[in-house]
Amino acid sequence: MIPAAFEYYRPTDMAGVIALLQEHGDDARVIAGGHSLIPMMKLRMAEVPHLIDLQDIKGLDGISITDGVVHIGAMTTQHDIINSAPMLAAAPIMKEAALQIADPQVRYMGTVGGNVANGDPGNDMPGLMQCLNAQFQLTGPDGDRTVDARDFYDAAYMTEREDDEVLISVSFAAPVGGYAYEKQKRKIGDYATAAAAVQISKEGGKVATASIAMTNLSDVPVWSEAAAEALVGSDCDDAAVKAAVAAMLDDIDPTEDNRGPVAFKRHAAGIVLGRAIARAWSRA
Amino acid sequence: MSKKMHVKLNVNGEDHEFLAEPRELLIYALREKLNITGPHVGCETSHCGACTVTMNGKSVKSCTVFVAQANGAEVTTVEGLGTPDALHILQENFKEHHGLQCGFCTPGMITRAAKLLEEIPNPTEEEVRFGIAGNICRCTGYQNIVKSILSAASELNAAKEAAQ
Repeated sequence: MIPAAFEYYRPTDMAGVIALLQEHGDDARVIAGGHSLIPMMKLRMAEVPHLIDLQDIKGLDGISITDGVVHIGAMTTQHDIINSAPMLAAAPIMKEAALQIADPQVRYMGTVGGNVANGDPGNDMPGLMQCLNAQFQLTGPDGDRTVDARDFYDAAYMTEREDDEVLISVSFAAPVGGYAYEKQKRKIGDYATAAAAVQISKEGGKVATASIAMTNLSDVPVWSEAAAEALVGSDCDDAAVKAAVAAMLDDIDPTEDNRGPVAFKRHAAGIVLGRAIARAWSRA
Repeated sequence: MSKKMHVKLNVNGEDHEFLAEPRELLIYALREKLNITGPHVGCETSHCGACTVTMNGKSVKSCTVFVAQANGAEVTTVEGLGTPDALHILQENFKEHHGLQCGFCTPGMITRAAKLLEEIPNPTEEEVRFGIAGNICRCTGYQNIVKSILSAASELNAAKEAAQ
């Protein structure tokens, strides 16, 4: 499997990246870990005449937590997330989710920025970022701007990022309470048949706040406000969980593919959300 | 065809320089340009792990790295771990515990396992299984591979203790 030929660039500063993106428009793409883009190029489903490697740009990786805000550089890998003690303390759902992405080799290369910026509905981080109400920082010819994760995804592979912009980091307030990332997949390394990201906080034996997002059940990640509302104020009893699942099912729009027909995906979505809520509640 | 570029790679401690198209995959540069044929081409779709090498301290599938990205990198293949006369402790244990049948996945398994034991010197069986989840074997059913890696880990740890 040989991809189409491309020109390769490895600039050493962001100005160089932006200049190349401006020059070549949508004929250019940046590459981070490449573990979504390279397979697409090998299959010739993506043609990238100008490939801009970000590996020599300084300051794009690393995790910092300041005043309760978690900040993750775009080039931070899934492996980095899994092995970061501060991340585990501030947002343990990140490790739980990252461990369910692909396999060890892919996690050494796959980056948080690539995972969220690519816009593949199968990627796990976009759903997680909906759940955490993250912000994405973009840089471009007109400077930096911030876009809410919940406003970022327009359709499969279509995002709010302009062709001459680069996603440089994500940030979110460290979540409180219990968490769970539950993923149903056919085998190690597969994308989700259905996955759910859940954060729940508890006060006086009742659900105080909740956030619920689903992965690979629509052409964009689905943040289900109605599902979370169904839990708030309850003691997470069967009726509340059932109501949350029903609300979530109204918000998703899966399509049939090699992971199964629509009815099966809806069934799997209900199961993973039920499990995720139970686990998050038990940790709240 | 795009322009060829100068590529520098350090493979198993030895510096190499050659011309390659940027789109060439690292696995083909290793096998066909440098004649380092330990890493195998299995699925060529980042699933099977037969092409696993260590690049700049990370286990990577060399079928999913462009040679241009690897330019300047340090790469270790199974050839850099042991030789026929002086097998690596993992190779000894794969031999001892029958951790292979056809052997096709073995270079990737051993390269991956070496990195795994570097990061987790005393892994549980579950950690070994999770750690080699990116490497597929169609012969052994994995039982003996896991046994080989666990045994290599305890020998490595015993050797370390003896040295202290």
